Amino acid sequence: MDLGYILKSLTLSELLKGLGVTGRHLFSRKITVQFPEEETPQSFRFRGRHALRRYPNGEERCIACKLCEAVCVANAITIESEPRDDDTRRTTRYDIDLFKCIFCGYCEEACPVDAIVETRVFKYHYEERGDHVLTKETLLQYGEELEPQIAQDRASDAPYR
Amino acid sequence: MGFIEGFLILLWTIIKIVVIVVPLLLCVAYLTYAERKIIGYMQVRIGPNRVGPRGWLQPIADVVKLLMKEVIVPSQSNRYLFVIAPVLAIGPSLAAWAVIPFSDGLVLANIDAGLLYVLAMTSLGVYGVLIAGWASNSKYAVLSTLRSAAQIISYEIAMGFALVGVLIAGGSLNLTDIVEAQQGSFLHWFWLPLFPLMVIYFIAGVAETNRAPFDVAEGESEIVAGFHVEYSGSAFAVFFLAEYANMILIAVLSSLMFLGGWLSPFEGIPGLGALFAFVPGFVWLCLKTSLFLFLFLWFRATFPRYRYDQIMRLGWKVFIPITIIWLVFEGIAVQIDLAPWFD
Repeated sequence: MDLGYILKSLTLSELLKGLGVTGRHLFSRKITVQFPEEETPQSFRFRGRHALRRYPNGEERCIACKLCEAVCVANAITIESEPRDDDTRRTTRYDIDLFKCIFCGYCEEACPVDAIVETRVFKYHYEERGDHVLTKETLLQYGEELEPQIAQDRASDAPYR
Repeated sequence: MGFIEGFLILLWTIIKIVVIVVPLLLCVAYLTYAERKIIGYMQVRIGPNRVGPRGWLQPIADVVKLLMKEVIVPSQSNRYLFVIAPVLAIGPSLAAWAVIPFSDGLVLANIDAGLLYVLAMTSLGVYGVLIAGWASNSKYAVLSTLRSAAQIISYEIAMGFALVGVLIAGGSLNLTDIVEAQQGSFLHWFWLPLFPLMVIYFIAGVAETNRAPFDVAEGESEIVAGFHVEYSGSAFAVFFLAEYANMILIAVLSSLMFLGGWLSPFEGIPGLGALFAFVPGFVWLCLKTSLFLFLFLWFRATFPRYRYDQIMRLGWKVFIPITIIWLVFEGIAVQIDLAPWFD
């Protein structure tokens, strides 16, 4: 070690520099967002809780191709399907386990008919055991409730695809 | 001396102890609040603000939470030592307050060896840490004990030498006398002639109280919580209390020995001295103490933790040589009656 370094370290200059940084930030503007009262802006690509969509005529979009089930990295999606009376294939079971789901959005990417989507909903809770598994009925119901927002978000995203 | 008389003296002493300890505990509670707020601000967030207006009741909520929690004694621990360790931690840190003069004559026990007593008491506090770590019978706690032991022997000598400098300058071990020796304006205080010793004393004090950047004994990111990893509820609260009481103690001692204690900084300055003459000495002591306490929090927000071999290097190879060299300079200064401090 050379003498210059020793003398410099004795002045504590580096430590004082560090103190200067934190000292400056003591007076800087705080960036905390007070969550329940205020929220950060959301992107139209926000990936929150899922929903299943229907066509405007009321027909459910999902054709049980199981691409989402195949692409799901966390194996969170379980699908069972049967032909309906009119010989079209539809799901009889469409479960998403939200404890497994990592909200990567691959299911939405994989879907050829834009049936499964992720909505902007991120404030939700479960009240009973088993509530974390979203069934086909609940997913379709969420889809109906949020359809205007979902459609608007898909439209906003369309130019970039 | 009759029985009644002795009883009255005892009662009077207990009242005095309560008058010191209760405000101290309140200070500890609000020091935790100040810590969370200040560190929060330095990290560009705003800290606790939900309990009460602007979070003012947060420490009360914390205390209630800790007292309501169950105290768990691990089955493999040494139960006797496990229970006695928090007592050993808090006892000395409160006992040391007996000799602290809050203002001229306002002291519980004005003993002649005050500085020695304080040094003894603050050193004893470490046994709480050591015994807690040993009694827990837990790997992390024992690691923390080892670190703590290595830490004590490295900084305590330097701390002692820094205090030797103070008592050469003050010419007494009595804390009141030491403060009186600093009469005059703020330029007469010992921080100027003893500047390196003040820096070393305060850094050693940070190490003594196990505060960042010397919190190797706690090291929450390495050994979870070190010596108090097995403690919960009120037993943990006692350790917490002891740590913060020690912080305040070190801050008070630093201001007594280096910043002129209760003396007004404007004393002897024409105009200003008379203007601030109405401020009681206790207020000045509080202000100076707050300054050091703020430094404690500022350090914690700024510096990363030392490795414990780095602490030992700092203690043995940096602090001890510097203090000894400075003691020689100081001795010469005292011999030649260097004005304005040693005349």
